[in-house]
Amino acid sequence: MIDTETTPARITRFAFLGLWLVISLFPLYWIVATSLKAPGAIFRYPLEYWPVELSFENYVSLFETADFGTYVVNSLLVATAAATVATLISLLSAYVLARFEFRSKSAVLMAFLVTQMIPAFIALGPLYLLMVQLKLVDNRFGLVLVYIAVCIPFCTIMLRGFFANIPDALEEAAMIDGCSRLGALFKVIVPVMKPGIVAAFIFNFVNCWNELFLAVTLMNKDENKTIPTALNGFITSFNIDWGSMSAAAVLTILPTMILFAFASRYIVQGLTAGAVKG
Amino acid sequence: MSLQLKTTKERPSNAAGAPGPGTAPGRPAATRPRRRAFTTRRGLVILAFMLPAAIFVGVFTYYPMIAGSQMAFRNWKLSNLTDTSWVGLGNFVTVFTDPAFGVILGNSLLWVVASIVPQFVIGFAIALWLRRRFRFRGVYQALIFFPWAISGFLIGILFRWMFNGEFGVINDLLMKTGFIDQGIPWLAEPGTAMFAVIVANVWYGVTFFAIMILAALQSVPDELFEAAALDGAGKVRTLFQITVPYISTTLALTVLLRVIWIFNFPDIIWAMTGGGPANQTHIITTWMITMTQKGDYGVASALGLIVVALLLVFSAFYLMALRTRKEV
Repeated sequence: MIDTETTPARITRFAFLGLWLVISLFPLYWIVATSLKAPGAIFRYPLEYWPVELSFENYVSLFETADFGTYVVNSLLVATAAATVATLISLLSAYVLARFEFRSKSAVLMAFLVTQMIPAFIALGPLYLLMVQLKLVDNRFGLVLVYIAVCIPFCTIMLRGFFANIPDALEEAAMIDGCSRLGALFKVIVPVMKPGIVAAFIFNFVNCWNELFLAVTLMNKDENKTIPTALNGFITSFNIDWGSMSAAAVLTILPTMILFAFASRYIVQGLTAGAVKG
Repeated sequence: MSLQLKTTKERPSNAAGAPGPGTAPGRPAATRPRRRAFTTRRGLVILAFMLPAAIFVGVFTYYPMIAGSQMAFRNWKLSNLTDTSWVGLGNFVTVFTDPAFGVILGNSLLWVVASIVPQFVIGFAIALWLRRRFRFRGVYQALIFFPWAISGFLIGILFRWMFNGEFGVINDLLMKTGFIDQGIPWLAEPGTAMFAVIVANVWYGVTFFAIMILAALQSVPDELFEAAALDGAGKVRTLFQITVPYISTTLALTVLLRVIWIFNFPDIIWAMTGGGPANQTHIITTWMITMTQKGDYGVASALGLIVVALLLVFSAFYLMALRTRKEV
């Protein structure tokens, strides 16, 4: 930096950044505080800005009255399975799109990009009918298949960017030593790309964990619902129980926040690389 | 052996760092090996590696989309599957003559414009102020990144609770600071409900702009600033005559992507108001989902096609405007 900053400028800067920090974190603080209040305390006036009487009652009732445990298991299963398979499949397609030139390459990339512009829920109705025909409605395996398809395009584009940073001399050497192309990919490149692959997996996992509209359309039975599907049921009822709701929200957000904290650097890299270079 | 030689030859086109494969410098180099080897093992490798991705995206994304577009021209109701006759533009007529459609279209525009302008301005300010290093900058970035880990639907739930008319913290804060005398039932009135969902969306989207713009700012070479300073340009002038022009393409594309994304983003509204009160906060995509849930796939698909058409037209004009401005 060549210019020096005057004191008032410095104060403005930190005041603004500080204010934004408070604004960004307050809603998160508020939902956590609400969830930890004793039942009834949320509807007490004047509002309590922190849980005066700390209580885990909301969390307990969530698992006792609502079948939250089932939803958590469903979400975990579906998101883990879909994210794993989608990352593996995207690894293959990203590899080809990074290393080879072929005639339909730009068409393939375009087809992937278009799915990012036109969201999956635009075809909810036909997708539902397709799943009825395949007998995969109200079926966790069916939801996994749909989520894999939703994850693949962005994951491929993201991984392709990471491949570009790795010299292809690496796999060439491995292939001279007698590795097959697939073997070279998994034995030599994957270890080097580990952070990027983990980030891609986390991104997929968080997306599946959070997905609402497809799950609402495809999962009707209570025992098959994922967390967002269940929460959607809570908010459409007339009286929202904000105590359990806040506890449910905290439990949904927490894992994704922890995962994002690990992967945010790589996700940012994946997001910004294309835009800035392009 | 031959495989490795070919990949080596293709290297220049990759090394150029071109994000799109169709960029001019990559093309000529790529033409030769492709022609020679497409029928060999190389083609099989490409096919085998691409196939799983193509099958999934084809079956579960493209097939429903394409099947859905013909539904837009049929009487396709889940309640009456025996009569799915061709109705031409009937579904579109239903959409356009619906008295709610004007409100919904207006809301969609408001939702996009009123969200993206504050997101851009605040995001730009944060990026500018984050460019200068300070202690804990990394921690700060990680902290303001947190909203991004939350899904739009949950953000809607968080803000629905904060904007609660009786026990909402926002009313309480506004009363404590003396801005209002009594609580506002934010989500019960169309005007304030629309304001509330936009506030939630702004809160969510600022981070994205901050990250993208910061990355763009860091790509501006320091020499440019040094030269500007030597020429005696002030800070404001440097910003508008050096920095902004240098990153303008990135900015313009980021805005375009964001417009498309926000237009297609029903989650926050869905969670906060569900389109209510009395359908007054629906945007096209929330309306489309409501129609799907009602089982009227014909109208829902017509709405889907309208969304795609609007976004295509907008993107085309936007990119054209961008190009002419660049040439001048």
